[in-house]
Amino acid sequence: MQFGIFTVGDVTPDPTSARTPTEHERIKAMVAIALKAEEVGLDVFATGEHHNPPFVPSSPTTMLGYIAARTERLILSTSTTLITTNDPVKIAEDYAMLQHLADGRVDLMMGRGNTGPVYPWFGKDIRDGIPLAVENYALLRRLWQEDVVDWEGKFRTPLQGFTSTPRPLDGVAPFVWHGSIRSPEIAEQAAFYGDGFFANNIFWPKDHFRRLIDLYRRRFAHHGHGTPEQAVVGLGGQAFIRRNSQDAVREFRPYFDNAPVYGHGPSLEEFTEQTPLTVGSPQEVIEKTLEFRESFGHYQRQLFLMDHAGLPLKTVLEQLDLLGEEVVPVLRKEFAVGRPAEVPAGPTHAARAARGAGEQR
Amino acid sequence: MNPVRLAVVSSGLSVPSSTRLLADRLAEAAGRRLAQAGRGVEVETVELRELAVDIAGNLVTGFPAPTLRRAVEAVTRADALIAVTPVFSASYSGLFKSFFDVLDRDALVGKPVLAAATGGTARHSLALEYALRPLFAHLRAAVTPTAVFAAPEDWGSAGDSRTAALAGRIGRAAAELAALAAAPRPEPAADEEVVPFDRQLEALRTGPR
Repeated sequence: MQFGIFTVGDVTPDPTSARTPTEHERIKAMVAIALKAEEVGLDVFATGEHHNPPFVPSSPTTMLGYIAARTERLILSTSTTLITTNDPVKIAEDYAMLQHLADGRVDLMMGRGNTGPVYPWFGKDIRDGIPLAVENYALLRRLWQEDVVDWEGKFRTPLQGFTSTPRPLDGVAPFVWHGSIRSPEIAEQAAFYGDGFFANNIFWPKDHFRRLIDLYRRRFAHHGHGTPEQAVVGLGGQAFIRRNSQDAVREFRPYFDNAPVYGHGPSLEEFTEQTPLTVGSPQEVIEKTLEFRESFGHYQRQLFLMDHAGLPLKTVLEQLDLLGEEVVPVLRKEFAVGRPAEVPAGPTHAARAARGAGEQR
Repeated sequence: MNPVRLAVVSSGLSVPSSTRLLADRLAEAAGRRLAQAGRGVEVETVELRELAVDIAGNLVTGFPAPTLRRAVEAVTRADALIAVTPVFSASYSGLFKSFFDVLDRDALVGKPVLAAATGGTARHSLALEYALRPLFAHLRAAVTPTAVFAAPEDWGSAGDSRTAALAGRIGRAAAELAALAAAPRPEPAADEEVVPFDRQLEALRTGPR
């Protein structure tokens, strides 16, 4: 089981001071947060990708390459990589390069992106979202698996005799997750390839995500990759932690009330009751997170959103101390209890390279 | 034969409200018509006033709180719907529209719907035809030919040589709704769980391979 954090990369005013960080400050803060994640013993840092304000991470591999150089163990990932509007050829090249630089500590999560204008800005049409995700990803896989690719599709100029360089490290492509908030087609895509499926599991009631994950698990088995329990599932989660529950609620409330996405809507109490958000003590976060296993089955990766809604860097770093020191060690122990041997561990390059050497597909 | 599940949505704001009064009259009349045809009826009434904050919350968060979810489910699974709004600023009320905005876009497909409205003057009555009817047409509901408008004077007047009194219009609309609701409707085709991936790929195939 892997634990980590994922960030949207939003530049949001701090509602308690009305101060908005500069893009430079936010970018540096994201790096500081990633380094802290490694320091406190987390396994994964994932960054979003956006091409519009108020978000800064337009160039994930640049940021992840920099973080790779300053970390030793952290897996660098995305949440998500836009498989619709990016050229799959460039994704193949960029992430293979990152994989080499990071000595394999790289995987990525495919997403479609739901910001309408980004599609036309990159020459695409949002109504083609699913077909773009299907075709582009099919090409991306071939670019990583086959040394020389001849290819023709609907959305991109054809390729004749193309070799994507560098070739994936040890001949093993980065592990891929497919992220989706509501599309069964994407759960089916992940299941078809035997890839991972990630449900962001924040902002909405978990019943919604349970349907998608159940579908993914059933179809994973249908496509012959193993039992439903062997499917590779990642989940998001969101928490604000203080030693004392009341302190957490008092401190987080103004950020909650003004947050992008759900602010100015339901109360913090209603939202924590209805969605996976936890605002409280380490013990409360542990209890809520353990419930995820009851809802979704044994899973492979848990990512927390810790740095949005304008929380200042200092607060986020304190959050990560609590997460890494008081929450995750308990979760590691608890999640190991009763975990059947056939349930796979979280994917790593080392394990996949060793397996690949065995199989030699 | 199963009873007809009749959902009634009323977006009046005052208590008591003439919008709710009209909704109840319509539901009662439709129930009577169905009973005459030998059908039982189960009426579930949704007062949008009680859900106003949850509806706003759903617009912001993208999901319904539990109370609203139960109302949405009642309307979605109903065999027929009576939808009544006061006319505000020459159209349905914002609360009324917001409720239909948070339904799944297929929630009303093929569903018999009786649209009705109340207003401060009979001059607003065509709001039913230029606002409510297109809304339900867009949602692909089966709207009854008769829509019912109740102006203040309708509650205390008989008809004239050209217009039936309110009770007559209620009876006509209710009979139309009952006929649509009692007619056997094709069961919606069982949804394929997901389009199998090879078919998704096949759809993108270009040229001969």
